[in-house]
Amino acid sequence: MNTSSDLQAGTPRTAPDPILRIRDLTVRFEMDRGTSRVLDGVNLDIHRNEIIGIVGESGSGKSMLASALLDAVVKPGVTEGTITYSPPDGDDIDILDLSAEDLRQFRWEEISMVFQGALSSFNPTMAIGEHFQETLEAHGYPVGPGMDRAAELLDDLYLDPDRVLSSYPHELSGGMKQRALIALALVLDPEVLVMDEPTAALDLLMQRSIVSLLAELRDKHDLTMVFITHDLPLVTKLADRIGVLYAFEFAEIGKTETILKEPAHPYTRALLNATPNLDAPLEEMRPIAGSAPDPVNVPEGCSYRTRCPLATPDCEHEDPLLEQVTDTHRVACHHWRDAEEIPLTTEVDK
Amino acid sequence: MSAETPVISLSDVEVHFETGSSLNPLADNDVVRAADGIDLDIFENDVVAIVGESGSGKTTLGKTAVGLQQPTGGSVQYRGQDIWDAQKLFSKPDIPFSEIRRSLQIIHQDPESSLNPHKSVRSSLEQPLKKWHTDLGPEDREARILAMLDRVGMSPPHDYAQRYPHQLSGGETQRVALIRALLMNPDLILADEAVSALDVSLRVEMMDLMLELQDSFDTSFLFISHDLSNARYVAEHAGGRLGVMYLGELVEIGPAEEVLQNPQHPYTKVLTWATPSLEITAATEPPVREIDIPDPVNPPSGCRFHTRCPNATTYCQQRTPPLFLDEATSHQTACYRVDEDSEYWTHEPLEGATRDR
Repeated sequence: MNTSSDLQAGTPRTAPDPILRIRDLTVRFEMDRGTSRVLDGVNLDIHRNEIIGIVGESGSGKSMLASALLDAVVKPGVTEGTITYSPPDGDDIDILDLSAEDLRQFRWEEISMVFQGALSSFNPTMAIGEHFQETLEAHGYPVGPGMDRAAELLDDLYLDPDRVLSSYPHELSGGMKQRALIALALVLDPEVLVMDEPTAALDLLMQRSIVSLLAELRDKHDLTMVFITHDLPLVTKLADRIGVLYAFEFAEIGKTETILKEPAHPYTRALLNATPNLDAPLEEMRPIAGSAPDPVNVPEGCSYRTRCPLATPDCEHEDPLLEQVTDTHRVACHHWRDAEEIPLTTEVDK
Repeated sequence: MSAETPVISLSDVEVHFETGSSLNPLADNDVVRAADGIDLDIFENDVVAIVGESGSGKTTLGKTAVGLQQPTGGSVQYRGQDIWDAQKLFSKPDIPFSEIRRSLQIIHQDPESSLNPHKSVRSSLEQPLKKWHTDLGPEDREARILAMLDRVGMSPPHDYAQRYPHQLSGGETQRVALIRALLMNPDLILADEAVSALDVSLRVEMMDLMLELQDSFDTSFLFISHDLSNARYVAEHAGGRLGVMYLGELVEIGPAEEVLQNPQHPYTKVLTWATPSLEITAATEPPVREIDIPDPVNPPSGCRFHTRCPNATTYCQQRTPPLFLDEATSHQTACYRVDEDSEYWTHEPLEGATRDR
């Protein structure tokens, strides 16, 4: 189904250095009313030191992708496929094959994660500093230098280390807790940071501020970041590439600029047109008609065809695979050449 | 506009909450100043959108405006009748409190928890009609509910009327909440973050529906949001006003287009920076001196924004700016920078701030 050249697409040919290769990743839940596939044969390369934004509406499978990257899909979910991790030095690791103990070490030391609803991620009876200590001890890292690193990370995130480390979670505001949590996720110097809606519960000003800080952290610590969100405008401030998830599959993957200026999938175009924007002319903001499919009953063929203005009978019979538009741009649509028939109402100025 | 009586008039409203946590009864309790010195008139067929960060007091302001929160100072009047006086025993108000209560409705932030999960859509919507329109028979009630469901695009209405809240999507639940408020034929609806919990693709649809119904039912809306682009969408479409709150104070208010095109308060400019746009810009440093909002228990002296403001001077530490009115545009701003002759311009900038125009 997937040729190797197909899998390389979305990668600049000059620097194909993927740190994570996701192949044919499927997550399913067996339910009384049928099998619910919340990720359906997803392929993606994540490049070293890039920030990739994964955008999707609620129920598009984006959180499942985050959990699967750490093999942390909750029971009774079943994860299939392969996720290959290439450390900077050493052999490749298939994350889904790791034993429980290896997985425990792998998480946080190689890939760490900031979860959605992070505000409840801290233990309310422990000071923030104890969380850092506990994490360092559990992974056998020296506590002294580790705490110095923690202080430095907090300082990078515009927090006063002494005050924050001695505070209890309830003494910090939501934005401070969120930044402390990002520091905690980075205290073991992981290679990859996966963030699932890391800013969703915060004010816009705090969201934008955190996004600016993340870009600085990436440069300082040579991180690879996966930023999962429903908020397309926010991620454009940060990501090098964007993948758009629709109904448990990638609809389109490309560079941020390409996704914004020359989106080739009708869904991406509709999503851009539906995004409230201070600059867009008011009359031209439009909702997307219809609703996203149920994971138990994804329509035959293209899952977007029931809402798509370009749909033809072909779309009903054949599920579009990710086709290559350019070297760095892939789209899953039979009619991507005609996508410009859906006018973009958002004027994107560079 | 000035000749008619406002539907709701807030004058010099302050809401302070005491945080009584100490065991010592003689200790001074901390006071959270959720709203301070707020003046706001909402007229018939008016749309006012208020934006602010969490903790800015925007929800407190909204609840005070619809009579759900008693102010600790100042007054709230409904068509000239003080809302809280109307509730007092033997007060003989010009407008009975029950009528005021019916005229001021609210749509909550979280649609799922605002409907009773044990009641079908029909019985949730029947309650207000039974209480306030006692002249309606069962068939009339049914007809009215079905017509409203159809009106907001929930068809077939018979099917939706039988559903329970868990069988509705977030957008549908919010529409039911909107119908429930509208069935009261209210003068003012407070929509407190009413679209924030919805998916991006549904927000525009919900806001369009609110605007359409606002227009056809002659209702006023007080729309509260932390998101400037949502507030702008509603206020600008309806030709209404946009207000900005910071730490319990209204720092800027005016016609929506004017405030957005020509923001005067440094805080409004910061909010504009923080509002997502689809531009590709390099990540820039936040244009504030402090990322975190100060504690509302002990708000900073003088202008409350001076601790974060990129333009603050020592003058802002000492003096609280009043709302300056630009009469040509009816644009009000609580910042000394709009006043050419202010002493602000002769004071030294604070550390990290500049006084540039």
